[in-house]
Amino acid sequence: MLDIENLSVNYGYVSALRGVDLHVGQGEIITLIGGNGAGKTTTLMSISNLIEKAEGRITFKGKDITGMAPHRIVKMGICHVPEGRRIFPSLSVRENLVAGTVGNTALKKADQARRFEEVYALFPRLRERMQQNGGSLSGGEQQMLAIARGLMMDPDLIMLDEPSLGLAPIIVEEIFELILKIKQKGKTILLIEQNAGMALQVADRGYVLVTGQITLGGTGKELLVNPEVRRAYLGM
Amino acid sequence: MTSKPVNFFKSIPLWVKVLGGVALAALLIALPIVYPKSYVMGVMCRIFMYMILAGSLNVINGYSGQFNIGHAGFYCIGAYTEAILATKLGLSFWIALPLGGVMAALIGLLVATPTLKLRGTYLAIVTLGFSEIIRLVALNWEGLTGGPIGIKGIPAPVFFGFKVTRSIHYYYIFLALAALFFFVTYRVINSRVGRAWMSIREDELAARSLGVETRFYKATNFMYGAFWAGIAGAAFAPYFKFIASDMFSLDEGFNILSMVIIGGQGTLLGPMVGSVIVNFLTEFLRPISQYRLVVYALLIIAMMWLRPQGLVGASNSILAAKKIGGKTGRGKRGALAPAGGK
Repeated sequence: MLDIENLSVNYGYVSALRGVDLHVGQGEIITLIGGNGAGKTTTLMSISNLIEKAEGRITFKGKDITGMAPHRIVKMGICHVPEGRRIFPSLSVRENLVAGTVGNTALKKADQARRFEEVYALFPRLRERMQQNGGSLSGGEQQMLAIARGLMMDPDLIMLDEPSLGLAPIIVEEIFELILKIKQKGKTILLIEQNAGMALQVADRGYVLVTGQITLGGTGKELLVNPEVRRAYLGM
Repeated sequence: MTSKPVNFFKSIPLWVKVLGGVALAALLIALPIVYPKSYVMGVMCRIFMYMILAGSLNVINGYSGQFNIGHAGFYCIGAYTEAILATKLGLSFWIALPLGGVMAALIGLLVATPTLKLRGTYLAIVTLGFSEIIRLVALNWEGLTGGPIGIKGIPAPVFFGFKVTRSIHYYYIFLALAALFFFVTYRVINSRVGRAWMSIREDELAARSLGVETRFYKATNFMYGAFWAGIAGAAFAPYFKFIASDMFSLDEGFNILSMVIIGGQGTLLGPMVGSVIVNFLTEFLRPISQYRLVVYALLIIAMMWLRPQGLVGASNSILAAKKIGGKTGRGKRGALAPAGGK
């Protein structure tokens, strides 16, 4: 579904990504794990074309999206849930969700109501807090709101940037359960995580990113038992 | 934390709102018949005009989080466009009025395009300079604008053969324009476009990741605000019959900005209330002439201190410091940050 070939990104003189190849298939959960500064977020940003690429080609559903404007990439069905939630703090939960539909111009008023029902079914807690300000939610609820906001545009591929960041372990578990539920809805998920243990458990396949290069790839289970991964990322 | 001004407004049942709206409309329509004093009509005309000006500035500053303090420039363009078209080409007011708005919107696009990447104070400085440039062009382009003498004898509008001359007639024109502005803006703010503007105000990067084409929406936002400022200017020119460049100085821009701040940024009602208050104050304080500017300054300082979100508690505004509270740490900064606090 999504193919990345030989992607390189530079920040000034520093190269953040060097020749990354990545493949995401329809209906899969793919996870990208790695330490701080490995280039995980950079990979997502370059898929959404929010930063400039030095080299490489990205195709989505067979179409070249390497140089496409961000809003057109969203229209093609890629949704990017940015790191650190970045919900709109002084808009209400409902308004936050409506803002999620802005990017997909194909959505009509009637679709919107249907999207709301679908999203509220996944996140019942957001329905309760519909009128509350986004900024007044707890961290976990904000993360749910950020994911829900992304789902509002009915994407085919949803890219999650560290959804477990700064959340209590029990909430993290809840978020990962939701990610599995979203997969059951037929969405493809590209998940970026520092919490490698959790991410690999839910993922179909995973990639390990070290200082801008992919060093390992395989199914989630394979990586979980890989001695190198266990030592470096699982602390065992 | 729990007392929310929004909820107060939202808790009023719909029929009360409708009834209140109808009563207010009837009162405003009947006012000139009951109390046709030309002084009062003049003040009301100004209030309505500033409602459009402050309201349109609020669309830019309050809804998309851009920071424009050169709104007088767009106002100036609208007024001069109408005056020149009416005196030199003899165009009817009803044609020149929208053209004034369109002209201001085009110049708005011209200002917005190179400044799309600027935000906060930097954008404010550019708009400040722009406003002065417009004023200086009007002052020095003698062939077109009459230079320091200005444009005199701007013809009165004709409404189906009826010549609009007295302020009581203009009252209805300004009332209709203000009502139109209110209605159209209400619709726009609650549309896809309005959501896009607000998402840009809240977090530009998040908006982009959701597929909001920020450059396009920021430019249209600027154009929309400029358009209505131009309309206000174009309606003002024949009303005053005479315009000169010094009417559109920076002070005028700050005057409009103060209405927005006092009323409440990011609310539809705020600038309307701000316009009423500031214009009434102007009238009450006439006896102390230029010292009234001191009163404005004190008022703004007091507002920043006591009610940074403006009189009409800005429900959607980043200025509504208390609502977000100390948790996100935005509260304290929020007070003086129409710049978006970035």
